[in-house]
Amino acid sequence: MIEIKNIHKSFGENYVLKGISAEFAEGKCNLIIGGSGSGKTTLLKCMVGLHEPEEGSVNYDGRDFTRMTFASRIEIRTEIGMLFQGSALFDSMNVEDNIIFPINMFTQQSHKEKLDRANFCLERVNLAGTNKLFPAELSGGMKKRVGIARAIAMNPKYLFVDEPNSGLDPKTAIVIDELIQELTTEYNSTTVVVTHDMNSVMGIGENILFLHEGKKWWEGTNKEISSTDNKELNEFVFASKFMQALKKK
Amino acid sequence: MVFHPLGRYILLLKAVFRRPEKWNIYRNEIFREMVSIGVGSLGIIAIISVFLGAVTTVQTAFQLVSDFIPKSVIGMILRDSSILELSPTISAVVLAGKVGSSVASQIGTMRVTEQIDALEIMGINSPGYLILPKIIAAVTTIPLLVIISIGLSITGGFFAGTASGAVTQQDFITGLTTDFNSFTLVVCMVKAVIFAFIITSVSAYQGFYTNGGALEVGQSSTKAVVISCIAILFSDYVIAQLLL
Repeated sequence: MIEIKNIHKSFGENYVLKGISAEFAEGKCNLIIGGSGSGKTTLLKCMVGLHEPEEGSVNYDGRDFTRMTFASRIEIRTEIGMLFQGSALFDSMNVEDNIIFPINMFTQQSHKEKLDRANFCLERVNLAGTNKLFPAELSGGMKKRVGIARAIAMNPKYLFVDEPNSGLDPKTAIVIDELIQELTTEYNSTTVVVTHDMNSVMGIGENILFLHEGKKWWEGTNKEISSTDNKELNEFVFASKFMQALKKK
Repeated sequence: MVFHPLGRYILLLKAVFRRPEKWNIYRNEIFREMVSIGVGSLGIIAIISVFLGAVTTVQTAFQLVSDFIPKSVIGMILRDSSILELSPTISAVVLAGKVGSSVASQIGTMRVTEQIDALEIMGINSPGYLILPKIIAAVTTIPLLVIISIGLSITGGFFAGTASGAVTQQDFITGLTTDFNSFTLVVCMVKAVIFAFIITSVSAYQGFYTNGGALEVGQSSTKAVVISCIAILFSDYVIAQLLL
């Protein structure tokens, strides 16, 4: 479980996060949603240590990540897998080397063991046989899947996903969502997904945190979201005519 | 205004020299960078060195109008100016353009495409992994390039001088071998090591703190070359004052 308490973050005069507290349960897909500029990605980056919050704490199963030194954070970081919005694959490495990279850095496994693990991860994301391709040779959806394969290479306890469906067609987006949900169940990981894609919200949102103007505005499940009377959330969820028509039905 | 980037540069260097996670991975990176920086720059260094030597010889000969000054002075002047100034400094300025811009744009692109964030999430010391191999590769290969440059510069001068009739082979060789002070080579190597460190660390700093997108990567690359060149020329003066 990941627990965040009273997270504050600003960039100069711009206050992005204004005291957010929440719990992200183990074995569930926890979604952070909100409009552009609401602070979703900043919150995610505060949670993984890419931004340092000015106030508040992030606890990984009781371990206070925010108060740790660089060296002591490494233990938690090796338990984290993350898929970035743009996949963030290393351009200079092929698919196999991208997946093996964290294993190389932090384990003493033999070359065969590492290759086996890379092949297993690639098969898990339905990309078997793409080992020697470079990121430039992959489509957007394939890059996301390789990003997921790299994220699960170290058997993560905590899986973070930033905008998994951005730039993908609806069919591929559903494949990625399903993959994230399957992996969450398979690894019993605490998964945190930042998204503004309503298909993801309705499909995999077991625990949803809605951010508005840097504050936690609403929290609930995908079943509760369509019946809420929260004005800002309704404006966000039912912004499209398609969703409005769905609500009327 | 100057202190903030300077402080950030020093903090970055502190992170660069943190103990590596796994030495064998860093070692492979160092060899890869040595090939990229050293072997990759050999061609351009060879071309500019030959022409620098040739031009220096021809122009020195042109200015020697007095019959009281022996022609062998041309070889001596070429040797000392190549060792002390032309080879280390001009090579460093050229390498700031070639290697510096490449380092800044490579690291800058990794920054804007979140590849550096990905390294940090994995628990890897990204400044160490990305910058340390480049610095080590540069401070080992650039002095070698400078030594090659000295040799080629003198060779270029020899052929240009003898072919144009500005100096005879015998006079040129006499000049080269007269009154050689080996301390000039020490100064040359000190310069080469310091310039190599400046090129890689300043360029890496510019790339590492790139914000934005492709446009900013280009701007970082340009800034890396400009600042490296200024820092090289400034430290060239400081080294000359301190050591000579």
